Amino acid sequence: MINIFEVNETNAMIEKENLDVRTITLGINLLDCADSDLEVVNEKIYEKIVRIASKLVETGAAIEKEYGIPIVNKRISITPISLVGGAACKTPEDYVTIAKTLDRAAKKVGVNFIGGYSAIVSKGMTKSDELLIRSIPMAMKSTDLICSSVNVGSTKTGINMDAVKLLGEIIKETAKLTSDKDSLGCAKLVVLCNAPDDNPFMAGAFHGVSEDDAIINVGVSGPGVVKYALEQVRGENFEVLCETIKKTAFKITRVGQLVAQEASRRMGIPFGIIDLSLAPTPAVGDSVAEILEEIGLERAGAPGTTAALAMLNDQVKKGGVMASSYVGGLSGAFIPVSEDQGMIDAVVEGALTLEKLEAMTCVCSVGLDMIAIPGDTLASTISGIIADEAAIGMINQKTTAVRIIPVEGKKVGDTVEFGGLLGYAPVMPVNSFDCSKFINRGGRIPAPIHSFKN
Amino acid sequence: MKKTIITVIGKDTVGIIAKVCTYLADNGVNILDISQTIVQEYFNMMMIVDTNNSNKAFADMCDELEILGESIGVKIKCQREDIFNKMHRI
Repeated sequence: MINIFEVNETNAMIEKENLDVRTITLGINLLDCADSDLEVVNEKIYEKIVRIASKLVETGAAIEKEYGIPIVNKRISITPISLVGGAACKTPEDYVTIAKTLDRAAKKVGVNFIGGYSAIVSKGMTKSDELLIRSIPMAMKSTDLICSSVNVGSTKTGINMDAVKLLGEIIKETAKLTSDKDSLGCAKLVVLCNAPDDNPFMAGAFHGVSEDDAIINVGVSGPGVVKYALEQVRGENFEVLCETIKKTAFKITRVGQLVAQEASRRMGIPFGIIDLSLAPTPAVGDSVAEILEEIGLERAGAPGTTAALAMLNDQVKKGGVMASSYVGGLSGAFIPVSEDQGMIDAVVEGALTLEKLEAMTCVCSVGLDMIAIPGDTLASTISGIIADEAAIGMINQKTTAVRIIPVEGKKVGDTVEFGGLLGYAPVMPVNSFDCSKFINRGGRIPAPIHSFKN
Repeated sequence: MKKTIITVIGKDTVGIIAKVCTYLADNGVNILDISQTIVQEYFNMMMIVDTNNSNKAFADMCDELEILGESIGVKIKCQREDIFNKMHRI
């Protein structure tokens, strides 16, 4: 039988160490909402989302209450809209009407975000994909809860450099159109390589075509719990360190598994996956950077950071995989700058640069995340950053992403406030040497060879 | 049988157990096990209870126990046992 120490340990994790379930994400297939009449598409989308997700928020709240574990976000992911709106949308403005419908549906059911205003263009862009991508800036301006993502490459297909080029421009335009909110639109737009179909985390969540009609995916969190556990083994060797991380990851993931199964049972919707990610928040003590410091680095970004992060990421997976029947999504430590107080401090003190962050993305999920850069950064430079990150994902057969915010009117040294879980960020310097001739070539980078691994 | 864990943490004072037990008895909740310690003058109690014969909704019981706790200066939490079993048992 459970004893008082175990009960106290669990409750201390929740109350003092910020253990929470970061998100219950309900994936909804919208392929059956396609129609050649735009009005019909909008009606069908609204009706289906509201029908399937009507109980999501209330179910989440009930589970929260009964188990005493906070569930921070309730979200929806949907089929990439470029697949749903293709037959009806003839202009980017047509797509914006769908964005507004999605926003309305999300507000009606009370979720925090809806992800899937997306296009998968890893090899080529259809006309529909291109229209959707071109509509992103306007969609971000005219909605509150929409998250958008574009998959521009994969290990199997290579990198679509036309899309990479276009997205550099789209990110700039989104920043401009949402400049009244410190270019917040870009915080809800992510460019991916090897995007998973079942990711519950925003901004990259969408409901892939390989999925069921509706599915429950859960993202767990708990950097604070890992940090606290590591404080108890200060100075011990790597064996002890790794064992501690694994055991902690196991415990965290089991809570996620329980919540996922309960949500699935109560809503009558199948359980998909648990995403084993260490997702930080701006709260003190809920930081991946602080774990790195506890492992033995003065600041995140110091030499040794990549190795420490690789080890952390691997142990979290090893511990988590046994705790859940199905693992998927992004599953790894997140290193978003603005959402992690330790990362912010490291940047301000000059310990952490964009280049080091790029190196770190080689060994963890997901990529250059929530990074504010000067507003006058060239579109081609942003495309260059996207191409670099996509190349890391393509060659290493992992998901990588870029969620970068060229904040209108801000320069290096300024600070940008996004609010809530998105946090705040110091504007970071970007290498200003030109790459436009590279980006302007057009076409695509071929898929890499899958042998001779070096 | 679905079990529930009730934890009570706070400054030690006369009648904490009595008040919690009275509430549970009044609402048809059966106590299966109680363990209790005092850590640095702080009262720390865990009860394993069976709520199957109670006609009170779980969420209401959580809220009422929380209010009861506030009235005697302790923190009372009420959680389904599964969360602890999942975390600490393979």
